[in-house]
Amino acid sequence: MSTNTDSWGSRVGLILAMAGNAVGLGNFLRFPVQAVQNGGGAFIIPYLVCFLLMGIPLLWMEWGMGRFGGAKGHHSTPFILDTMNKRRIWKYIGVFGIFTNIAVASYYCYIESWTMSYVYHSIIGTFRGMDQAQVADFFVTYTTIGKSTTGIPYEAVVFYILCLLLNTWILSKGLGGVEKVAKIGVPMLLIFGAFLAIRGLTLGESGASAEHPDANAWDGFNFLWTPQFDSLSNPKVWLAAAGQIFFTLSVGMGTVHCYASYLKMKDDVALNAVTSGFTNEFVEVVLGSMIVIPIAAGYLGMDWVRENAGFGMAFQTMPFLFEKWGVILATFAGVFWFGLLFFAGITSSLAMGTPWVGFLQDEFDWKQRSAAWSFGLIILIFGLPTVLFFNYGVFDEYDYWGGTVSLVIFALIEAILFSWIFGIKRGWETVTAGADLKIPIFFKFVMKYITPALLLFVFVGSLITPRIIKVVDIRTNGENHSEVIEFLESSGFEKKRETGNEIRFSLSANQFSQNFASVVAFENQLGSEFGMDDKTLQISDYQNWSGEFNSLISGNGWQMDNSAILAQLMNSGINAKIKAATDPDEIKQLKLTRNYSNLARGLLSTLFLGIAVLVYIAYRRRMKLAQA
Amino acid sequence: MNTGALITMVVTQLIVASLTIYFYRRVLRTPMKEEPDSYSDNDDQPRS
Repeated sequence: MSTNTDSWGSRVGLILAMAGNAVGLGNFLRFPVQAVQNGGGAFIIPYLVCFLLMGIPLLWMEWGMGRFGGAKGHHSTPFILDTMNKRRIWKYIGVFGIFTNIAVASYYCYIESWTMSYVYHSIIGTFRGMDQAQVADFFVTYTTIGKSTTGIPYEAVVFYILCLLLNTWILSKGLGGVEKVAKIGVPMLLIFGAFLAIRGLTLGESGASAEHPDANAWDGFNFLWTPQFDSLSNPKVWLAAAGQIFFTLSVGMGTVHCYASYLKMKDDVALNAVTSGFTNEFVEVVLGSMIVIPIAAGYLGMDWVRENAGFGMAFQTMPFLFEKWGVILATFAGVFWFGLLFFAGITSSLAMGTPWVGFLQDEFDWKQRSAAWSFGLIILIFGLPTVLFFNYGVFDEYDYWGGTVSLVIFALIEAILFSWIFGIKRGWETVTAGADLKIPIFFKFVMKYITPALLLFVFVGSLITPRIIKVVDIRTNGENHSEVIEFLESSGFEKKRETGNEIRFSLSANQFSQNFASVVAFENQLGSEFGMDDKTLQISDYQNWSGEFNSLISGNGWQMDNSAILAQLMNSGINAKIKAATDPDEIKQLKLTRNYSNLARGLLSTLFLGIAVLVYIAYRRRMKLAQA
Repeated sequence: MNTGALITMVVTQLIVASLTIYFYRRVLRTPMKEEPDSYSDNDDQPRS
C-alpha cells in the first residue's frame, strides 16, 4: 500500500540527521538562560540527572517504537502507535505526532527565515555603526509587516516564503536530501559554534567600555557555572531542568519515531539513540554555554544580562556586539552566528516535515514530491498568521500550545503506552534488538517507573503551576542585620524561618514586581544601602507548592501562576493586564491581542481535528483494503 | 573565573565531550551488519 521505499544512506548520516533534529535554536538561547535563572552551575546537576533518567530513556523508547512501527510499514505516529495496541484510540493519540510538527514548523520556519535574512544583513553591513537601541529597533521594524529594511516590500514575508520553499524542495528529495543537509549542516554548525565559543572564552575584560565599565566575560562564566547547591531543593529548578532536557532532545514530537521507522529490526537503535542524544548535549552544554551569555556579559555586564537574558538577544543584541570586533570580524561573526542558527533551524524544520510526508505516502499513496509540496502549502497557510500577526501574540500561542503543551502530553502518553500497555518486557526487547550497546538492566526499571513519573511531574507542574514567590535568604554570620530586616518587612516581605546563621523572607512575585523594578535593582539597592553582597544575600524564585497545597486543604483554593496551562487556557495573564491597564489605547491593544490569541487557538484546534479526520479516513481505507 | 565555577564547567564539559567522542568511536568501529541492512550507501561494500 505504501509508496514509501526511502532509506537512510549511512549510519552516521542518520545519527547526524537525528542530532540535527534535536539541535535547535534553544541549544544556544534557551539552555544558558535557563541555567542563569535556575541556580547557575547547580542547574547542571538536575539537568544531567534528567538527561539520564528521562531524556535517554525517552530517546530509546521513541527510536524503538519508530523501528517497530516501520517494520510494519508505518512512518508516522498515528499508525506506529496503532501497531502497539489494538485499541482504536492510539491512532488518534498519534495525531499529536503530526500536529505538533505542523504547528511548530509554522512558526519555526519564520524564525529560520530571520536567520537567513540576518546572514544577508550581516554580509551587506546593515548593522555597521548602529547603537544597541538601533539594532533592537531593526528587529521590531523587520517583524512589522509593511515596513522594509532592505527596500524589498513585505520583506519578512518574502524571506519566510523563501525559507519555506527551500525546506519543501529539500523535503521533496526524500531522506537523501535531509541526510545531505544534516551532513553539511551539523559540522558547519560545530565549526561556527567553536569559533564563537573561542571568542567568548578569550574576551575577558577587553569588552569593558565607559558605558559598561564592569563588563567582564568571566562574570558570565561565573554566573553560569558557579554551583548554588541550595537550589537543588527547589522544585522549580528541577522542573526547569526536566523541561529543558525534554525540549532540547525534541522528544514527544513524532520526528524521532519517523526517522527511526526507516530502520530494519536487526539494526541498532540503542547506540544510535545515545550518540545522537550526546551530540545534542555537546552542542548545548559545551558550545551553547560559551557564546551568548559570556559575550553579552563581556560587553554589557552581568546586570544587563540578568535583566535582559532571553530569546530576543540573538537578534536584538548579538549583531551590535559583533560590530565591536571590527568590520571584517563582525561580518564573519554575524554570518557564523546566524548561519549556525540557520543550520540548527533547518535540520529541525526538515525533521518536522517528514512525519506528514510519511503519513501521506503510507496512507494515501502520495508521491514524495507531492507530499512534500503539500507540507509546504499547509505550513504557508498555518504559518502566515504568525508572520502577519507576530506582534499580536499569534506566534506565542503556536509556541505554547503546539511547541510546549502538546509535546508534554504526547510524551507522557507514549511513555505509558510503551512501558505499561505495550509492556516493558516487549518494549525492552524492541529497544535492545540488534543493539550495538549493552544497555544496563537498570534502565528497564527507569523506563517503567522513573521516566513516566518524571513526565507526570513535568505535566502536573505545567498544568497547575503554583504562584511564584521571591525568597530572600540573609546569611547573618553572627552579625546584626536589623536594618535590612526592617527594610524587607516594611517592603512587604514575610519572615518564613530563622535558623542559626540564616533568615529567610518571602514575597509573592507579583507583589515584588510592583515594589521593585527588577531583581538586579533590588540587589543593588540592598548592596548600596545595607552593604549586602552575594555572600550575605541570596534571592531565588520558588513555586509555592506547599503554600498552595495548604491553601487548597483549608478551602481557600489553589492560585496558579499565569504560566500554568489552566491559567493560559482561561487567558488569566492577559485578563489581569487588561484589568490593571488604565490607558484606553493599551486596553484596546491587549483586547486585540486576546482576540488574535483565541484565533490562533481556533486554527490549531482546526489543524488537530483535520489531521484526526484524515487518520479516520486512512483507517477506513485500510479496513476496506483488508476486506477486499 | 572562580574556582567552583571553573571546576564545574571543566568537569561537566569533559564528561559530555568524552562520552560523545566515545559513542562516535563505537559507532564507527562497529562492523556493518549483513545485507539487507537499513543503509543504502554500503550496499556494494564487502561485509566483515
